[in-house]
Amino acid sequence: MTDVTTEKARIGAPSAQPFINGFTEEGESLSPLNAAESKSPLAGDAVKRHSHGGGVGIPDSSRAGRLSSYKLADFKPLTGMEEDWRFTPLKRLRGLHTEVLNGAAPSVAVTGPDSVRIESVGRDDARIGSAAIPEDRVSANAWENFTEATVITVPAEVQVDGEVSVLLTGQGTDASAQHLVIVAEKFSKSVVVLDHQGTAVVSENVEIVVEDGAQLTVISLQEWNDDAVHASSQQVKLGRDAKFKHIVVSLGGDLVRVTPSARFTAPGAEVELFGLYFADAGQHLEQRLFVDHAVANCKSNVLYKGALQGRNAHTVWVGDVLIRKEAEGTDTYEANRNLVLTDGARADSVPNLEIETGLIAGAGHASATGRFDDEHLFYLMARGIPEKVARRLVVRGFLNEIIQQIKVPAIEERLTAAVERELAATDN
Amino acid sequence: MSTLEIKDLHVSIDTEQGTKEILKGVSLTIKTGETHAIMGPNGSGKSTLASTIAGHPRYNVTSGSITLDGEDVLAMTVDQRARAGLFLAMQYPVEVPGVSMTNFLRTAKTAIDGEAPKLRTWTKDVKAAMAQLRIDADFTQRNVNEGFSGGEKKRVEILQLELFKPKFAILDETDSGLDVDALKVVSEGVNRAHAEGNMGTLLITHYTRILRYIKPEFVHVFVDGQVVEEGGPELADRLEEEGYDRYATGAGAATIAAADAAAQA
Ligand SMILES: Nc1ncnc2c1ncn2[C@@H]1O[C@H](COP(=O)(O)OP(=O)(O)O)[C@@H](O)[C@H]1O
Ligand SMILES: [Mg+2]
Repeated sequence: MTDVTTEKARIGAPSAQPFINGFTEEGESLSPLNAAESKSPLAGDAVKRHSHGGGVGIPDSSRAGRLSSYKLADFKPLTGMEEDWRFTPLKRLRGLHTEVLNGAAPSVAVTGPDSVRIESVGRDDARIGSAAIPEDRVSANAWENFTEATVITVPAEVQVDGEVSVLLTGQGTDASAQHLVIVAEKFSKSVVVLDHQGTAVVSENVEIVVEDGAQLTVISLQEWNDDAVHASSQQVKLGRDAKFKHIVVSLGGDLVRVTPSARFTAPGAEVELFGLYFADAGQHLEQRLFVDHAVANCKSNVLYKGALQGRNAHTVWVGDVLIRKEAEGTDTYEANRNLVLTDGARADSVPNLEIETGLIAGAGHASATGRFDDEHLFYLMARGIPEKVARRLVVRGFLNEIIQQIKVPAIEERLTAAVERELAATDN
Repeated sequence: MSTLEIKDLHVSIDTEQGTKEILKGVSLTIKTGETHAIMGPNGSGKSTLASTIAGHPRYNVTSGSITLDGEDVLAMTVDQRARAGLFLAMQYPVEVPGVSMTNFLRTAKTAIDGEAPKLRTWTKDVKAAMAQLRIDADFTQRNVNEGFSGGEKKRVEILQLELFKPKFAILDETDSGLDVDALKVVSEGVNRAHAEGNMGTLLITHYTRILRYIKPEFVHVFVDGQVVEEGGPELADRLEEEGYDRYATGAGAATIAAADAAAQA
């Protein structure tokens, strides 16, 4: 039996209504994690203050109003009550929100064709800040503390054969800051893979510029060791007719929180944001994305899929899509699907769609959390399929939709194997 | 030639109120080529019997036996039973997220046969079987039972029956919720599978209308976890006219036999 399945139909532009004011939707309820941990007598009240019309945890303001700043001091210390931190167990951030991030950052090794420029630059490089501005305290903390950035440039009109591979290897558990800039110049075409491995406690800012007519795919793989803590803000700025595909894959680490943001600056651009996560016992894997339709005639398509197994496996997906008043002709769809494989795991899923103009081509969202339970297992086994095969069949089929999007055969194979290993972990 | 033999089967389930006995001594023997109908009112334990044969973990067999050609079915896991040749067309087929029909059918066929089917012929077989059951070709791309209507789910159960070629098919109210056209299509599927000559059928139903399309040689009336009367097709006709009222709950087979004898005298 599939439970808690909510599916919303794709909605078109409501022609009778010229304007929908701050339309938001809420998926699941507030995490008790931080509320329960907090000793503050305000905890309960603070939670309640976020509710509108009886619903719990509905953001009290538009995503457009979220604070962004390069200065750490502009962000208040975190309490866990903040809208964007309410699901995150702050205690497990290992100081990313409180410490000076002066530990050794993960080492960066870039390999790719000669046509791609790779530079190591200081804080004063003109390209720093060209696509991103921190949207939370942990990101601002990294911005304030990084000493050196890696800049990868795909020159104008260059079509890169094969992928640019960026291997980021953790250097231990001292809290650290990382900064990467990826620039896809006009009419270039390329694939960049960020491959996070080893043990690290790191806050990372990735700035991505996709200039007019360029096509860029960025694949961010989090295959950390079990003790890693990783916060990654990955912000992309798109020019006219630019195409950007983003694939976030989080498998390893103790706590991984990826926050992709896409901003359109000129019409005709398109983003596809995909994600795959597989949380085991005790893991916290969080993804919060933001698509800012600030100009007319752009497209966005979002699909994140997650599997969970084991006690206290926790995943969070929050999808903020904002269609501003100017963004006529927008076409957007976002979906999150979770598959809970065992008891004791928890998936939070919150799509937020804000529409400030009625003149759009389409806007929709869906969120569904299904359980793989004994009845599914019975059905498959009653057709002769052994239990292990049945479990694998379900998870592989479910996650394959994202893996197929990668289109780099070596990485597809590697991730398929990684998913098999995750599944093998349930067998004992 | 195979034999499925159920002997004095007692089955109970655990409920919040404690253990509840549902099957109270069921005996039944089915051979290849035979069609048996089990007819009974709602709640009489028909699905319990079907699910117990398939090995659903909710049902506890407290005594009795089920054997397939002498092999102890109760000692087999659910998947072993299916591979041994038992097939249950479920009353309420579940939706399985994440698994496409194509992938599911091929994986099940491979498990049952012990080897992967030849891809070319298999694809053709699936297509042909789907066309005969009036299932849209695009169903293969959808997840197992996901979003299928009640009637579509039943057709897909019979599709599997035709593709997997079991020794014994147990059809749990496959007729319920079908309109006349769908009932015909589904019945034809069962009859095709039966006509191949290697299958025995246990047709579980609440209504008699499916018996216009599928002809059983044996009819067993099931009330309160027991077979209370057995006969040929004529028994079904009688049920059609009289319903189940005659078998007031608690009336044993002996009582009914006595009442019948009195009526005939
Ligand atoms: N999970 C359950 N919990 C409690 N009672 C059940 C459960 N499943 C079946 N029963 C009871 O067992 C009896 C037989 O049910 P079932 O086998 O489904 O009958 P049928 O298929 O003939 O309608 C009914 O009284 C039903 O209420
Ligand atoms: Mg039933």
